[in-house]
Amino acid sequence: MTTLITTGTAQPRDSISTAIKDAAASGRPAVVGFMTAGFPDRAHFAQNLRAIAIEADVVEIGVPFSDPMADGATIQRASFASLQGGFTLRWLLAELETMQPRPQAPVLLMSYLNPLLAFGLERLPEVARKAGVSGFIIPDLPYEESADMRAALDRVGIALVQMVTPVTPDARLKMLCEASQGFVYAVTMTGTTGKSVAVPDEVLDYMDRVQSMSPVPVCAGFGIRTAEQVSRMRGHVDGVIVGSALVEVLERDEDPATFLRGLKP
Amino acid sequence: MKTQVLEIDREALLAQTLRGEFPDARGRFGPFGGRYVPETLVPALDRLEQGIRDILPDPAFKAELDLQLRTWVGRPTPLTYAAALSKRWGAEVWLKREDLAHTGAHKINNAIGQGLLARRLGAKRIVAETGAGQHGVATAAACARLGMPCTVYMGSIDMERQAPNVGRMKLLGAEVVPVTGGDKTLRAAIDEALRDWVSDPNGTFYILGSAVGPHPYPYMVREFQRVIGVEARAQMLAQAGALPDVVVACVGGGSNAIGLFHPFIPDTEVKLLGFEAGGIGPGLGQNAASLAYGTPGVLQGCYSLLLQDEHGQIQETQSVSAGLDYPGVGPEHALLASIGRLGFAASEDDESLEALSECSRYEGILPAIETAHAFAGARKYAQKNPGCRILIGLSGRGDKDMPTLQRTLLKGKI
Repeated sequence: MTTLITTGTAQPRDSISTAIKDAAASGRPAVVGFMTAGFPDRAHFAQNLRAIAIEADVVEIGVPFSDPMADGATIQRASFASLQGGFTLRWLLAELETMQPRPQAPVLLMSYLNPLLAFGLERLPEVARKAGVSGFIIPDLPYEESADMRAALDRVGIALVQMVTPVTPDARLKMLCEASQGFVYAVTMTGTTGKSVAVPDEVLDYMDRVQSMSPVPVCAGFGIRTAEQVSRMRGHVDGVIVGSALVEVLERDEDPATFLRGLKP
Repeated sequence: MKTQVLEIDREALLAQTLRGEFPDARGRFGPFGGRYVPETLVPALDRLEQGIRDILPDPAFKAELDLQLRTWVGRPTPLTYAAALSKRWGAEVWLKREDLAHTGAHKINNAIGQGLLARRLGAKRIVAETGAGQHGVATAAACARLGMPCTVYMGSIDMERQAPNVGRMKLLGAEVVPVTGGDKTLRAAIDEALRDWVSDPNGTFYILGSAVGPHPYPYMVREFQRVIGVEARAQMLAQAGALPDVVVACVGGGSNAIGLFHPFIPDTEVKLLGFEAGGIGPGLGQNAASLAYGTPGVLQGCYSLLLQDEHGQIQETQSVSAGLDYPGVGPEHALLASIGRLGFAASEDDESLEALSECSRYEGILPAIETAHAFAGARKYAQKNPGCRILIGLSGRGDKDMPTLQRTLLKGKI
């Protein structure tokens, strides 16, 4: 196995925090756009990805899994449709590696653990790096179980993003913020993805608390659908993650770029 | 199929198993187990783990549980000598009668235990999943008795094939929510129960019915089901005058099996045999036999043996038995099987139904279709080992299976 010497040079994971900070510097929260890989079909994946990457500051690509336990109805539906269309992680990584022109924004993969284990922890980091992947979000891999994955991704400078939630106790919140790379994924609410949320003061207080503890940018996700929500979050987070709402745009065969532009205050 | 090989030191793990060292502090049974859940559930699992440590050994809790088990569940359940099967099989056959426990299966041992624990921990409502409906009925009954609201998730396919249990749950005051996503059976029901729990991890307590899921569930379920094996071991010594040569149980997720097996693990002269759902054959998608045909991976919170394709996508399973129709198996079974302490094989649909028929006709006991998989396996074992003394875990009764039996064994007969 080859070990990459990445110390001192820019690593893939740095591109994520840089993109988020750049957006924040222009006075608006960065937009992280989520799309389910291979949905609505594999043929249009590259085209959709490029379109989203023009408007989004960072793109999060969901790897479909047969048992998406953290996801609500929309992403479940998209995941099952993609799997039925023959999706595999191998296909996604090959597609990303060869697509021309490259997506303009840094790309993260959101995947449940099992498809990554099946791909193989030995070869995943190198293949992902070649595919231009800058980070991973693994919703069923809590910090305590993450040592092997963290070490594997570290070898090639790919970020492992930690999630925090409104029920995370303070001591754990601090530990997770310090462990997180690229950004901290602050889940706005308990529950699954997709349910629209109002943004009450306690959510903003919670985001402020996360920001005060985090050495990396903080992005809020779960239930973000409207420009009003985004503008209410301004100043309390460095970015917002838009998932189910964007997948629904793709589902309706509408233009994702138009939708994303509409979210920016 | 991929050929992922786990590098394990069998002898060291066996020694640790015999010393009772699993689960370890990280919730592992050797390489298996652990806690693979969304971050939202981590504090809830921490609280549950702490609650188990504090409350389970508490004499007041033990007395409360014991009172419910004796006066409401009907424990101890009897050990029955199966004279006719003994003669037919050329063996000495003993049955541990969990079918006589309240609500008709072993599931009640765990449901009332977790229910009492939930109340102690201040839970406001209970959620549960169910496959065959036995765990759903047991949880609904426990919640009715303890005065807690209860929601049960059940796959729409299972609601149809176990219809009598749906009505029972409703009478017991539970809300039954059909799950139409995923595979529409037990696995999808667990996914949905987890999603419900993620939405309210502080007020909701998830009573998981099988020995699967994130730590501390496999451990907790085992502790509440161990009563089966503890009683059976003492009853064998008292009634048969000796320990069995072999202990047999059906294995889906594995709650009745681990409950029966666990007290026998240190008795190394006693063989342990688990029979999984062989469905219609050995191909991927034709059965639900994870020990026999599974590979290591993570599903629904734990690392265990799974029926999955080479891309790590969990496969749909097939079995005539809703309760065994699950593509994974408890992490402790995965360990016991990997180190050779647990033998396993698959019983196919047809031979299991035939075994159900034989037990009904000759012993006057209608076992659940799940349980019948153990009978089919035990009969084959007896034929190869004449005169052996067999203890079978009769995990539940078959009344709930009448819709399926009408379509199969009874087809054209009534």
